[in-house]
Amino acid sequence: MPKITYISYSGDQKQVEVPIGDSVMEGAVQNGIDGIVAECGGSCMCATCHVYVEEQFLDRLNPIEETEEEMLGSTAAERKPNSRLSCQLAVTDVFEGLIVHTPPTQK
Amino acid sequence: MTPGVVIVGTGQGGFQTAVSLRSEGYDGPITLIGEEPHLPYQRPPLSKGFLAGKQQAHHVTLRPAPFYGDHQIELLAGEQVIELDRTRRRVQLSSGAQIPYKALVLAVGASIRKLTVPGADLDGVCYLRTFDDSTDLKARLLRASEVIVIGGGFIGLEFAAVARSQGKPVTVVEVQPRLMARAVSPVISETFEILHGGHGVEFVYGIGVSEIMGTAGRVGEIVLSDGTRRKADLVVAGIGVLPNMALARHAGLAVDNGVVVDEYLRTSDENIYAIGDCAEHPNSFAGGRTRLESVQNAVDQAACAAAAIAGRASPYCEVPWFWTEQYDVKLQMAGLSAGYESAIPRGTPESRKFSVFYFRGERLIAVDSVNRPGDHLAARKLLASAASLTPAQAADEGFDLKTHR
Repeated sequence: MPKITYISYSGDQKQVEVPIGDSVMEGAVQNGIDGIVAECGGSCMCATCHVYVEEQFLDRLNPIEETEEEMLGSTAAERKPNSRLSCQLAVTDVFEGLIVHTPPTQK
Repeated sequence: MTPGVVIVGTGQGGFQTAVSLRSEGYDGPITLIGEEPHLPYQRPPLSKGFLAGKQQAHHVTLRPAPFYGDHQIELLAGEQVIELDRTRRRVQLSSGAQIPYKALVLAVGASIRKLTVPGADLDGVCYLRTFDDSTDLKARLLRASEVIVIGGGFIGLEFAAVARSQGKPVTVVEVQPRLMARAVSPVISETFEILHGGHGVEFVYGIGVSEIMGTAGRVGEIVLSDGTRRKADLVVAGIGVLPNMALARHAGLAVDNGVVVDEYLRTSDENIYAIGDCAEHPNSFAGGRTRLESVQNAVDQAACAAAAIAGRASPYCEVPWFWTEQYDVKLQMAGLSAGYESAIPRGTPESRKFSVFYFRGERLIAVDSVNRPGDHLAARKLLASAASLTPAQAADEGFDLKTHR
């Protein structure tokens, strides 16, 4: 299982193993990582699972689709070039070592 | 045992109350009590991805088991609260235990409304509310050859979409003249009728069910109120829910269309709160008292009640929002459109990517968005700030809703 590191806004860091096929959001929620709300449970409806992906991993990720693009336009924290909705990142082997940062706020 | 906060109900609202109490800094005991023998879970996937087999049990579970211990939340799953003793401030469990409380939160939810027609108790007449319901229906759906859905609301239509996606013949029987009539305007109803029609769903409108017939205790056909009969080996009724009020009523709390609470979500007993599907609360977006059945309402009311218990009470005033997914179409609703006077489209229904802005007088009261999540999120902000928006601005796709204040 790929290991993913979540770093909170205050700097807390936690590395967990996330099963292939689960999303980066689910990896956080199932490991009790704060900073991701995921109010809609992964339906790309609420924009509360916003993360900043460390730059070196960006080109390994599945591209941003239309719905995610629209939702990213309305995140609570600032949208940056490395912003993603973690519910839309389905984990594959290439996610090994992925590092994401959670924003100061999701709502 | 030091009295702490006792939360009755392990749905999204009860769960969130516990989480929010901890994030508010409350460090006393928290006991979370639910009747179902499961870890707290999310309901929305039960009529969507979980039912369709795309999500597994661990995907619908809100947090894994160790989370509760890690946060000093005592989870009693599979326990029923049978009595609420307000004088001694304690709850009585069916297992015999009594738990004292300093503050009590009723997050007891709602129960499905059941069919009462003859034959309603036949095997194969089903409902969809709980994890066990969904697990059972998933298996039944795989074996079914003719499906009838009673009720063209969110649950019925989501079930119909999953059933059609598995190639099952589906007929939806709706007593109203259109779909989701209680929640959306005719143009949205029509969009979903065309969507389902394109996937092969048949509709019967304006007619109820008068009897369900079967052989050897199994459903075989339904009889409609005009006398026509239709074969079915699986009948799923999505005809609404009723708030769970028995516990509150027996304890002498005020109840009406739900457990009656004030703007701080306090019941008629100041140590007892009620939130989520069971709570009839004052809501400025409804223009009066209402009861809402949604994830948003459960989560936000949980946070509001938790803040009040932690000593930071502020009135509940969140914008209501809802969503449904059917096939590849997302419908998101912000605000409450009941009582609208004009419905202004932004984009065209034919494109299946449009929103409808609802106005009462000059005031924007709600927005329904079909595959336009950006409009939905912008609408929530506009409604929260009571920004003035004209119908012309709403209709103009060049007008930027996101930056409007």
